[in-house]
Amino acid sequence: MAQLTFREAIARGIAQEMRRDETVLAIGEDIGAAGGVFKGTVGLFEEFGPVRVRDTPISEQAILGAAMGAAMTGLRPIAEIMFSDFFAVCWDIVVNEIAKSRYMTNGQMTFPLVIRSGNGGGLRFGAQHSQSVENWAMMVPGLKVVVPSNALDVIGLMAAAVRDPDPVIFLEAKALYASKMEVPDGEIVDTLGTAKVLRQGADATLVALGAMVPKALKAAEELAGAGIDCTVVDVRSLVPLDTTTILREVSATGRLFTVEENPRLCGWGGELSSIVSEEIFYDLDGPIVRITTPHIPLPAADALEDMAIPSVERIVATVTQSMNG
Amino acid sequence: MSSATLDLNAKLELYRVQVALRQFEKRAYDLFLENYVKGTSHLSLGQEAIAAGFAAAMRPDDYTFATYRGHAHTLARGVPMTPVLAELMGRTNGLMAGKGGSMHLTSVEHGVMGSYAIIGAHLPIACGAAWSAQYRGTDQVAVCFFGDGSTNIGAFHEALNFAAIWKLPVVFVCENNLWMEYTRTTEITAVPNPAADRASAYGLESIIVDGNDVDAVYDVAVTAIARARAGEGPSMIEALTYRHGGHSRADPGKYRPDEEVAEWLKKDPIPMYHARLLAEGATEEQLVEIELSVAAEVERATEEAKAGPTPGADLLMKDVWADGGSAWRN
Repeated sequence: MAQLTFREAIARGIAQEMRRDETVLAIGEDIGAAGGVFKGTVGLFEEFGPVRVRDTPISEQAILGAAMGAAMTGLRPIAEIMFSDFFAVCWDIVVNEIAKSRYMTNGQMTFPLVIRSGNGGGLRFGAQHSQSVENWAMMVPGLKVVVPSNALDVIGLMAAAVRDPDPVIFLEAKALYASKMEVPDGEIVDTLGTAKVLRQGADATLVALGAMVPKALKAAEELAGAGIDCTVVDVRSLVPLDTTTILREVSATGRLFTVEENPRLCGWGGELSSIVSEEIFYDLDGPIVRITTPHIPLPAADALEDMAIPSVERIVATVTQSMNG
Repeated sequence: MSSATLDLNAKLELYRVQVALRQFEKRAYDLFLENYVKGTSHLSLGQEAIAAGFAAAMRPDDYTFATYRGHAHTLARGVPMTPVLAELMGRTNGLMAGKGGSMHLTSVEHGVMGSYAIIGAHLPIACGAAWSAQYRGTDQVAVCFFGDGSTNIGAFHEALNFAAIWKLPVVFVCENNLWMEYTRTTEITAVPNPAADRASAYGLESIIVDGNDVDAVYDVAVTAIARARAGEGPSMIEALTYRHGGHSRADPGKYRPDEEVAEWLKKDPIPMYHARLLAEGATEEQLVEIELSVAAEVERATEEAKAGPTPGADLLMKDVWADGGSAWRN
């Protein structure tokens, strides 16, 4: 066992896969000698060298085009887009090229690639370096979308993403990079498309993703003190979506609260609400409630950003009001 | 200019390929008018020499990256006519069972790594295939074809820089047909030669070739591909040509001056090559024999494509994922 930060877990997860399979390569801006702007790739350059861990120019289309061309010809690239907001300058490669080409070619091509990206707010970076874009990725047919919430899941889901034959968008919550946990030694491999029940309660089910997971857990503790006993589900994977686990846990309590960092409209919780309404409507004891960032660009000032992103206090207040209302 | 490196038999083959591309595209056009081909399509009529010359210079395991104007590049790599025509017609015996259509022709087994319909997008992707070949040590080369219009989009410039700094085995081929869709390229481009004049910005030699002269194209292709294979990095070639028709199915191309069209029709690559081959010792009978055998091939492909079944619901939900399915939840 070792204490590992979320950012260290990224490097460990990548290194585990690069040692196992020499077709795994890493590319991105500043990921080599500099170890990544978020220090998520520290040590990789030293261990695997400049051919397998490669710095690129600020050319997001070139980075993802390179990953796509490499994947279609037998390699397993892990590409980094530094901030997920930057997907906007290379979204064509993701959406029109990577996501569609297997289908368009009637299965002639596969794209075993991973695109990692720092996602979401909490670091006071302002609107162009803080958005939580998981909903952008989720709505694109042909992309798998993974959002780990802790260091252990980072390693296991990174391994699963690298080994998966399809393109995986791997979103790293920037607010969690410094978080720590005990992680076992040895190889860790997880499974895509599996949600995790982190806490079991009788009254309400909080379904959270990424940086919202620790907040939902904290909120559940406070709510328990006030007599509201919550289940907390970590979604982990938006595509494939583990609806089996989520529907089961929502049915059990009869109440669903989603905790989402993405802006309100078309957030992943909207889709989940639709599935729950269609499939287990009669198991519900009250309205589905979505707790999200409002539909605004994120402000830079800490006071404002803290108001925008769902907080433990807002989760507690919203759940309390709805359960008692 | 006549290639010093090709013998008469090889040149007859280049003639055959160009005639095949020409007759195929004419048939594709006719099938539009008969409503067998739906949607849109972008023909390479007039531009056949580029596809033929490059394909002849490539190794079977080299990669082709084409645009939505990609019928010619796909066929030139040896993909049979029937699956290409059937793909245009949306039949299950199409190259992609009808799921891609005219603009996305792909045949991995022939090295045709896709036809891309977002301008410029495939230049970075070709870099990726070249990077992969470089890493795997296979000596493969990626050849990436694009139009003059692609030279003004960001992906072009990102890809050129990327290929240059990593010395990637990729050959960029600009098919400059002078018209960016309905607008004259020089009117919306800062330099007269949209690709060649940008080459120096990426440390590359400026190369312009007569894209209607298949021998010249072949020679320049051999040099660039050899350079890439030897690890000496990318090349960019601007091949001057002209499309005989409009940009796409819906476009009669009336914005082009009649004199310009007439001038370029005189430089039609196929009659020019026909004349050259006669001068170099081929007989009229040999050339007619090629034309007739291609015509028979086109007839056969047309009948086979028409006879192909239309796709059923079983194909609709297939192959989003590598497991063959499209499930996004359990």
